[in-house]
Amino acid sequence: MGYLLVPRLALIMGLLLLPFIIPSLYWQRVIFIVFIYALLSLGFDFLAHFVGLVSLGGGFFIGVGAYLAAILNTSLGLPPAVTIPIATIIGGAICTLLLLPCLPLRGIYFAIVTLMYPLVLMRIIEALNILGGTDGIVGVASFQSRWIEQYFIIAMVLISLFGLRRLVNEDMGLVFRGVKDNDQAVKASGISITFYKSVAVFITSALGCLGGAYLAHFYMWAGISQFALDFSIIPIAATVIGGGGTLVGPLLGTFILVPISELLRAVGTLRIVFYALILTAFIVFRSEGIMVYGQRKYHQFERWVKV
Amino acid sequence: MNPKIILQVEKVSKAFGGVQALANVSFEVFEGEIFGIIGPNGSGKTTLINCVTGFIKMDSGKVFYRDKDISGRAPHKIADLGITRTFQVMRPYYTLPAYKNLIVPLFSPRARRTGGWRGGGRLGDRDTVGIDILEEIGFERDSFVPYKLASTLPTGYLKRLELARCLALRPEVIICDEVFSGLSMSEIASMVPLIERLQMDGITLVMIEHRLRELFRVANRVMVLNFGEKLTEGTPEEVMEDERVREAYIGSAEI
Ligand SMILES: Nc1ncnc2c1ncn2[C@@H]1O[C@H](COP(=O)(O)OP(=O)(O)OP(=O)(O)O)[C@@H](O)[C@H]1O
Ligand SMILES: [Mg+2]
Repeated sequence: MGYLLVPRLALIMGLLLLPFIIPSLYWQRVIFIVFIYALLSLGFDFLAHFVGLVSLGGGFFIGVGAYLAAILNTSLGLPPAVTIPIATIIGGAICTLLLLPCLPLRGIYFAIVTLMYPLVLMRIIEALNILGGTDGIVGVASFQSRWIEQYFIIAMVLISLFGLRRLVNEDMGLVFRGVKDNDQAVKASGISITFYKSVAVFITSALGCLGGAYLAHFYMWAGISQFALDFSIIPIAATVIGGGGTLVGPLLGTFILVPISELLRAVGTLRIVFYALILTAFIVFRSEGIMVYGQRKYHQFERWVKV
Repeated sequence: MNPKIILQVEKVSKAFGGVQALANVSFEVFEGEIFGIIGPNGSGKTTLINCVTGFIKMDSGKVFYRDKDISGRAPHKIADLGITRTFQVMRPYYTLPAYKNLIVPLFSPRARRTGGWRGGGRLGDRDTVGIDILEEIGFERDSFVPYKLASTLPTGYLKRLELARCLALRPEVIICDEVFSGLSMSEIASMVPLIERLQMDGITLVMIEHRLRELFRVANRVMVLNFGEKLTEGTPEEVMEDERVREAYIGSAEI
């Protein structure tokens, strides 16, 4: 089974060595933003391909996580080691509760509602001038050292990736997939689909809130720009590019998309144009996604080698 | 011995827009019997069981299960009580292999509480139990069939898979919506003993059927629906001789 192990080890080693490979401080910061998008994309792929809910709630989750961590840190003086777990769990619970009324919605309707939440929260904070208003919450503590900062998020991404991959093949994961395939049959089996959908939404929003809480400590600040549309859109794009339903694919997708978007800053306002072109090219020429394509080739190659 | 009523349906009505799909339908099902429901196309049979199992809201009427009022409860709660159903339009989990289809019901609260079919859920892992159930329901154990994707299975196996999904819950009542239709004569011939065995295991069966000959072989009592109204009810012999039933079925050569 060596050939199944190799890609896994390569991925783990690659991520662990990343802080050493990346030369400039600037690119290191970009890479750690990539990891946050990776958490969002993992959650997106899980929810979309294994539960059947297309969520555009990335900005919502990040914002809630960031504000929670910032509040816990600045008003209660809790260190990141405490604020991040609390913001992950409580934030996930808050997002799930707020999304609970929308769970019966399907497809595009669920997507639109999840997109509305961050916009609404952003405007509320702005209009009522609460939680620091447009300035946001400043003076959030940073991590104790760069190593902790870097390896914490790397570990989180790896744990989430392998955790989710395991979950979707467990018995419980099969129920999630059943909800996507055919929710009527799940109901007829005496299982509440609302319960399973909320558990899945909790997992995804907790991953997003984890990213948000990390971001607040990373930037030492939480503000309304953390409800940004980017957090909602890039996970979809990354999943399309990387290959939906593989969980690894979206991770790869973020590692391609986010740095490209950074590089394109050089071309100024035309950035969006190039970005759109690259995305379109991917969708037209490799609509199955890199991971699906790569897995097929890898298995073919392996068989060929054996022969 | 007085048979006990397990399912009692009182004056159920349901309209879709202007169409009165069901009008004041009442009946009761006794514990351990096979109760048939027949009627021409569009007479409201599927709508009736959708109302009983909570999949659609009825406009009026009541449903009692062992004297407990279950009208208007959520479908998963009704299934949790042990009233399961098959779907006329088969609904497997197409992306999963046949035996993995059974993991979902085996993982349900009811199956975990009761141990599932024959209590197997308590003993072994769910994969094995799933294959056991499939074997009992007519999948060849040592073949590839239980491991094939549900989307590649032929109708006969999908019908059995629907029944297997119900069995996994260790149900009290199974409501079958046309499990015989779309099957060949020989396939039905192998399903009939299965149905009889389920009855011997103490399961109460409600069977909606168009294949009257086969239904009349197994059913204890039969109810006839026509245009959403109950026409009559009785033993298969009584129903077969009823003039009105003949009339309702005129044109359909199946009787
Ligand atoms: N969801 C729905 N919306 C509107 N009308 C419906 C709906 N479901 C059923 N009907 C109508 O209700 C009537 C009864 O339909 P139903 O499916 O219960 O009949 P049936 O006896 O099961 O027929 P068949 O033997 O063809 O399965 C039909 O006239 C049908 O068109
Ligand atoms: Mg029908």
